[in-house]
Amino acid sequence: MKKSLFLIFLIYSILKPSISFSLVEIDITRGNLDPMPISVSPFFSDDVSVNKIKNILDIDNLGLEISKVIENNLVKTGLFDAIEKEAFLQKPDIAHLKPRFEDWALIKSQVLITGKVTHKIINERDYINVEFKLWDVLGAKMVDGFSLTTTPRSWRRVGHKISDKVYERLTGESGYFDTRIIYVSEEGPKTQRVKKLALMDQDGFNTKYITLGNELVLTPRFNPADDKIITYMSYFRNMPRVYIVNLQTGEQKVVGDFRGMTFAPRFSPDGKKLIMSLAKDGNSEIWVRDLETNIQEKLTDHPSIDTSPSYSPDGKLITFNSDRSGYQQIYVMKSDGSNVKRISFGKGIYGTPVWSPRGDLIAFTKLHKGKFFIGVMRTDGTGERLLTENFYQEAPSWSPNGRIIIFYRETKSDNDGQGFSAKLWSIDLTGYNERLVKTETDASDPSWSSLLGN
Amino acid sequence: MNLIKILKNAFLVVMFGLIVTACATKKSVKTTDSTTSTTKAAETQKADPIEKLDALMQGDVYVGSDTVGELASGVPDRVFFATNEIILTTASRETLRKQAAWLRQNSDVTVVVEGHADERGTREYNLALGERRANAAKDYLMTYGVSSDRIKVLSYGKERPVDSGSNPLSWSKNRRSVTVKAN
Repeated sequence: MKKSLFLIFLIYSILKPSISFSLVEIDITRGNLDPMPISVSPFFSDDVSVNKIKNILDIDNLGLEISKVIENNLVKTGLFDAIEKEAFLQKPDIAHLKPRFEDWALIKSQVLITGKVTHKIINERDYINVEFKLWDVLGAKMVDGFSLTTTPRSWRRVGHKISDKVYERLTGESGYFDTRIIYVSEEGPKTQRVKKLALMDQDGFNTKYITLGNELVLTPRFNPADDKIITYMSYFRNMPRVYIVNLQTGEQKVVGDFRGMTFAPRFSPDGKKLIMSLAKDGNSEIWVRDLETNIQEKLTDHPSIDTSPSYSPDGKLITFNSDRSGYQQIYVMKSDGSNVKRISFGKGIYGTPVWSPRGDLIAFTKLHKGKFFIGVMRTDGTGERLLTENFYQEAPSWSPNGRIIIFYRETKSDNDGQGFSAKLWSIDLTGYNERLVKTETDASDPSWSSLLGN
Repeated sequence: MNLIKILKNAFLVVMFGLIVTACATKKSVKTTDSTTSTTKAAETQKADPIEKLDALMQGDVYVGSDTVGELASGVPDRVFFATNEIILTTASRETLRKQAAWLRQNSDVTVVVEGHADERGTREYNLALGERRANAAKDYLMTYGVSSDRIKVLSYGKERPVDSGSNPLSWSKNRRSVTVKAN
């Protein structure tokens, strides 16, 4: 018995890629660290493929563009430092075949990414095949790689999938690059803000507007189980209600038949239920609606404001905010509404609790002494950590791997109303690497999708 | 000789103490002043003289006439609230009684009471707060004889400010419920 266990272990350790013994590895649980120097060689193509792809996409060098997508993703994590392409000594095609590791070590690169893009015709339709390899320069070996075939138009997603693979291999955490962000696009003066639902890739490209701006729209959120489905709140016909939209078909429907305003919607982790608030006769309570049976149920029963509910990733608990103690504080209850417990006891007002996809933390907005903070606490309320402080910011949303929080920040306007802006920002769970997330317009209420399906 | 020295030192100590307490009293007087008159306003309102602000806000409820429209001739359309509050002030109740009286005389009119919050709160909470404010006004109108089916409520949260400034006076104008004719 002991012997066979040993044998299994032995076989396992031979087959398993040596993640823990690998020279290239990053510990991302620490805050500031020296970024790892990487080289992303432009992916190469044969001349025929270059011409075909140029005809289809009007891009001169798709291999170079894909390498830029990867480089941009990795550098923005704060964990990697990209070495300038001009410093590369080896040509892309030769490097992809077999790198001269000394050449890459010479320019201080620890990791090398190479690739190849080939045009293909399958059943008379155009495709691209993208091959990529990840090399450990110091260990002088290939550590990962894959090849995939897709439609030419999906080339950015290929870059994101490669970025995810690299990130996973080097950090041991799952990636978050092949994802989208849905948010509210904002334009016009503060008193007559025009708001539209907008969807973009995680890196700010491929922005699409889902609504036209005819009615006020707020708080879009992805279904974590299906990235084609979102929920949001709309003032269509001056009836503020929660809607569910299928982004692929454009089909849209109001959720439930409530007499009163429904708002603050979020899906359950399995996407089968929707929690939200219903405000009626001056009281806001939290409701859940089963999207399969259409049975709806009231979960809270208190004359105070109960809103901003968010499920734990196992679906067993719900965190929300309530002012039943006099001010907004964060509470946790079982998903049937029982066992309500207050968890925030620090100084200030707490709102918008959002459960981390890993389950161990709750992100929140805090108002204290006239400043707004985005922070995290453990699910019992201990270990509060404030990540960022500003004049106004709120609405945290987690990256699917639970490492990064995206939120929106507003700037102060002067007495004439000038100087106002709303932008998306992201910050690492460590409190480092705060970054502006570029959007075509002003933006608020971001929600991060899960890793995209097909 | 020694005695003189001791006396001299004691004098110095007493003097020093006096100066310190004087400073401290002066300081504490100043802080109570600013907290009572402008609440959380002080910092952002440096440009505005405090007396002027005082005339426009009681506590932090707006009492001025800027932005106030009319539901009908001589009937103001809106009432204002303190931060995070839904309590109707004496002035607000007076305004709502005027609205109720006019609505009783014009029984074919239906209204929407729009509830609003300032920008210093989370979006979802403010939607709920706006709904509470609108309902506070609706309840009062009903108490004074306007039937509930003539009054709809609509919360805008912080989405439709009337004053776009980021200062306590602007915020006080935005914490409001507005009665609007619906037909």
